[in-house]
Amino acid sequence: MEKQEYQKRVEQVTPKVKSAGTFFKAFLSGGIICVIGQILYNWFYSMGMPHLIANNYTTLILITTSILLTGFGLVSPIVKFAGAGYLVPITGFANSVASCAIEFKREGQVFGIGSQIFAIAGPVILYGTVTSALFGAIYYVILQIGWVG
Amino acid sequence: MSRKKRGKNTVIFDRPPVIRSAAGIVGEKEGQGPIGSYFDEIIKDPLLGMKSWEEAEAALQSKAAGLALDKIHMQPDDIDYLFAGDLLGQSIATSFGMMELQIPHFGLYGACSTMGESLTLAAMMIDGGFARRTMAVTSSHFASAEKQFRFPLGYGNQRSLAATWTVTGSGAVILEENETCQNVTKTNGKEKSPIHVCGATTGIIVDYGIKDSQNMGACMAPAAAHVIAANFRDLDRRPEDYDRIVTGDLGSVGQKLLFELMEEEGFDISSRHMDCGMTIFDGKTQDTHAGGSGCGCAAVTLCCYLLRQMKEAGWHRILFVPTGALLSKVSFNEGQTIPGIAHGVILEC
Repeated sequence: MEKQEYQKRVEQVTPKVKSAGTFFKAFLSGGIICVIGQILYNWFYSMGMPHLIANNYTTLILITTSILLTGFGLVSPIVKFAGAGYLVPITGFANSVASCAIEFKREGQVFGIGSQIFAIAGPVILYGTVTSALFGAIYYVILQIGWVG
Repeated sequence: MSRKKRGKNTVIFDRPPVIRSAAGIVGEKEGQGPIGSYFDEIIKDPLLGMKSWEEAEAALQSKAAGLALDKIHMQPDDIDYLFAGDLLGQSIATSFGMMELQIPHFGLYGACSTMGESLTLAAMMIDGGFARRTMAVTSSHFASAEKQFRFPLGYGNQRSLAATWTVTGSGAVILEENETCQNVTKTNGKEKSPIHVCGATTGIIVDYGIKDSQNMGACMAPAAAHVIAANFRDLDRRPEDYDRIVTGDLGSVGQKLLFELMEEEGFDISSRHMDCGMTIFDGKTQDTHAGGSGCGCAAVTLCCYLLRQMKEAGWHRILFVPTGALLSKVSFNEGQTIPGIAHGVILEC
């Protein structure tokens, strides 16, 4: 079998994840996490917290919960069902940072936790920052030209 | 050509070494699998009382080697040479696990094919007259492999359906010169000859351009097909000449591809084939996807299941073919392909 033919065969015999069910489960789980966030926000807001503070506390609770779940080894089984529904919201981000910190703790504070904690989240932080700066600049130019604003 | 060499890839030993002892130790998940009752020891604590996964794997290897020695009441000094390897960078599980044995040591890396590589060299060493007794040891650990090749254990990683599950386990085999071996097992009062390593077919590195690290079976199937076909050609044999042809960790996806590749070579091995990765786990109930993998997968299946089946189920000759995907995080990130390698070992009794 030629290499290209083999690669084609590999694609054919490799089982694929059934998209519809996966989408639904991710939508449902992601939705539930957002609803929890909304309930928390409304509760804080109703207690008289200003909008921004209530926002921050909501985020803080979701992050802390996800870190605790990571520590107890519960994220993998949740993600098995929820998929991107858990990974895309801030819960996934917290999990990626906490799991690296736990895994590399044994290699020390500096070369272990220090240099590895953002091993997964690092690219998101870096390119997220670069992209927002880039789009900020574009927005500024558009604003100056007077196309918007 | 050398007197012992047959064809391009195969050697047949003049004085086939005997498998004197074998031991396999596994983790809890492997112990819950279909062949769980065959293993010598099932370890409940994945850390084995250590502080890191790497130390745990080293301890696993040390335990397996110790048990193989204990079974025949021998000391490390009774072994002339040790061939050992694992999956971790610079083979640290082997370095730290085997250090205290103080046996003249050859460290190996053949990815998950290391049990085949170590057995081949350990047998050659004896047949060549350089040693009376040698030991071959390999290991893998789910957590240390995940950390080395994939993601931290606590990360919510999504595994593809073609992915395999790294076996936590270590297997050790002690080979002995034929003349000195007293190990004649008795089955139903009848004397049965011990298991010999009769020959070996050494694989080449085969690269069919697969880049998917979540589909190792596809990376390794061409290497396995090459070595099995080379064995048939070099020795003028057919699949029927073996009671079983046992690959290491191709999994269900790799197995399908292996059959197709072998058919192209003109051999139908489907009735003789089994895969350690598909034997050690039940994919349906254990959520392992395509099967088990890792150096430990082929090693513990050989040490605890295959050798016993040879004695009990009447398999007289098997071709044991551990398969390895030569994956590195560096070459993978640099866009390189994942080549495969496999080594065939002929076992007879």
